[in-house]
Amino acid sequence: MIGSRRQILIRKILVWIALILGACFAGLPVLWMVSSSFKSNLEIFAYPPALIDYSFSFQAYQAVLSDPGQLRFFFNSYLVAILVTICTVITSILAGYSFSRYDFRFKRILNLIIIGVQSVPPITLMIPYFGLIVWLGIYNSYAALVLTYMVFTLSYAIIMMTGYFNTLPRDLDEAVMIDGGGSFVTLWRILVPISLPGIVAVGVYTFMLAWNEFLFALTLTRTNDMRTVPIGIHLLMGQHSFEWNQMLALSVLGSLPVLVLFLLFQRYFIAGMSAGSVKG
Amino acid sequence: MVTATQREITEPANIGWEQRKRKLLPYAYLSPTLILLAALTVVPILTVFLYSLVDNVIVNPNPPNFVGLENYEEVLTNRKFRGALSNTMYFAIVSVVAHFIIGLAFALLLNSRLLSANVKAIFRVIYILPWVFTASIIAILWRLLLNPHGVVNFVLLELGLVPELLEWLSDRKLALNAVTFINIWSGYPFYLVSFLAGLQGIPDDLYESGRVDGGNAWQLFLHITLPQLKPIIISLALLDFIWTIHQFTLIWMTTGGGPLRSTEVLSTYTYKAAFSSHEYSIASTIAMVILAICTFVAIFYVRSQRMTDE
Repeated sequence: MIGSRRQILIRKILVWIALILGACFAGLPVLWMVSSSFKSNLEIFAYPPALIDYSFSFQAYQAVLSDPGQLRFFFNSYLVAILVTICTVITSILAGYSFSRYDFRFKRILNLIIIGVQSVPPITLMIPYFGLIVWLGIYNSYAALVLTYMVFTLSYAIIMMTGYFNTLPRDLDEAVMIDGGGSFVTLWRILVPISLPGIVAVGVYTFMLAWNEFLFALTLTRTNDMRTVPIGIHLLMGQHSFEWNQMLALSVLGSLPVLVLFLLFQRYFIAGMSAGSVKG
Repeated sequence: MVTATQREITEPANIGWEQRKRKLLPYAYLSPTLILLAALTVVPILTVFLYSLVDNVIVNPNPPNFVGLENYEEVLTNRKFRGALSNTMYFAIVSVVAHFIIGLAFALLLNSRLLSANVKAIFRVIYILPWVFTASIIAILWRLLLNPHGVVNFVLLELGLVPELLEWLSDRKLALNAVTFINIWSGYPFYLVSFLAGLQGIPDDLYESGRVDGGNAWQLFLHITLPQLKPIIISLALLDFIWTIHQFTLIWMTTGGGPLRSTEVLSTYTYKAAFSSHEYSIASTIAMVILAICTFVAIFYVRSQRMTDE
């Protein structure tokens, strides 16, 4: 490079300034939410504001964690998200295998439909879902949420899974086939074990989508014992007196599972993301 | 004799069965997906379409009458609908452009050769942070910050940037820009992640030869980085545009479409028509219009996907 040492130093300082400004934009709102969740409800909008003030306590967290109603939101969210993840992973492995290893008549059009499903607005499906779910007799049940969530987790999962299988050489499964194994044995014994990174990426992404879903959970459940965390937050917001610190504590606790998953599986996740959505 | 003929008959049939089985096998693997999509996508869409062509559904006990495109005429000439449509377009277009600029700027920053790998890893996590939060939590978070007595107003007032405490989310003139800003904050990491992957895919030789030709940093960016990222940019922008049109939770939980419908978007408008006013036919008609807009954009998205596939 042509630049002198001094020029490089100046550029380095500029990069750091930009880096820190960007971090403030992304991180300060989150930091403020976390710090506010430790304040007492009276001090949330105190003047002048302080990141940490004299009212620091875990009282809001205690209130959330000792309320069986709110713990139930967590239980529901975990149960629904885990069920959706299991069902989506299995279904997408089967579909991805079909798309990756077989040529069949309607392959192209089915593939296009599955990509296209991502663009169907949830609000468009909402109106008929209400009637359909009531007709099926599963209104206000876990089944209603698991089934409807899969509509928008599945298409992404299939695209990611097909992409992953495509990176594995066909010789692998052909060797097993010649040894007399059926196609299902090949899939289960050979492809699934070596596709674990791809499956993890699909699983984590599905869990995040299911954990975060709002619209279907709002309209397809009626009683509080079926509500999930995002709806729980919505309910707290609708109350007459705003318990800000409790809402924030619930928000922080509600974000932890996704945050932990994200930090643990960052690498898989980012790779799977970019392979799935945008084939650059 | 009997067994011999039986074998003669069954054997070719067996081969036929084997062949048929091979042909049907891919469909068998796809069957859970196809059943689910047929039951929960195709049938519902047909149902909404049907609802949009009749005069009353669900609530009214009288049998519905076929009214053709009357509902569409009513919706498309309605001022509230047009307001929601223009709000949606403003919300979506500004979000997509800002997501692109912020996502690319942060990706370039994190790709800088002046930073060590550890620094990059830490800042990458911070920059992706907004993405981890679900829309209802983002709504709470920004209602806290943008509260008239919140910290944003405090900082702006101290810096002398605003004359008085502003009602960001309940002032008719500010609310749409405020919710758009919130959506920008929550959505750019998706671009950042994709651009980071894309930037790593650009071969160094390209930049080397660009420098040999005497290009400065800006020219290199314009003539190498941007064209190389173009396929990613196009599919990201299209997908993001569709997703932003889908956005319901964020607006529902920050402003609920108010004040005075100043942040009403198509999805909140549909929801109110269906679940508050119980005008299911009108709601279905608006839902079909949203579907049409998204399908139109999706055609370009699917095409761009195929282009990069082949």
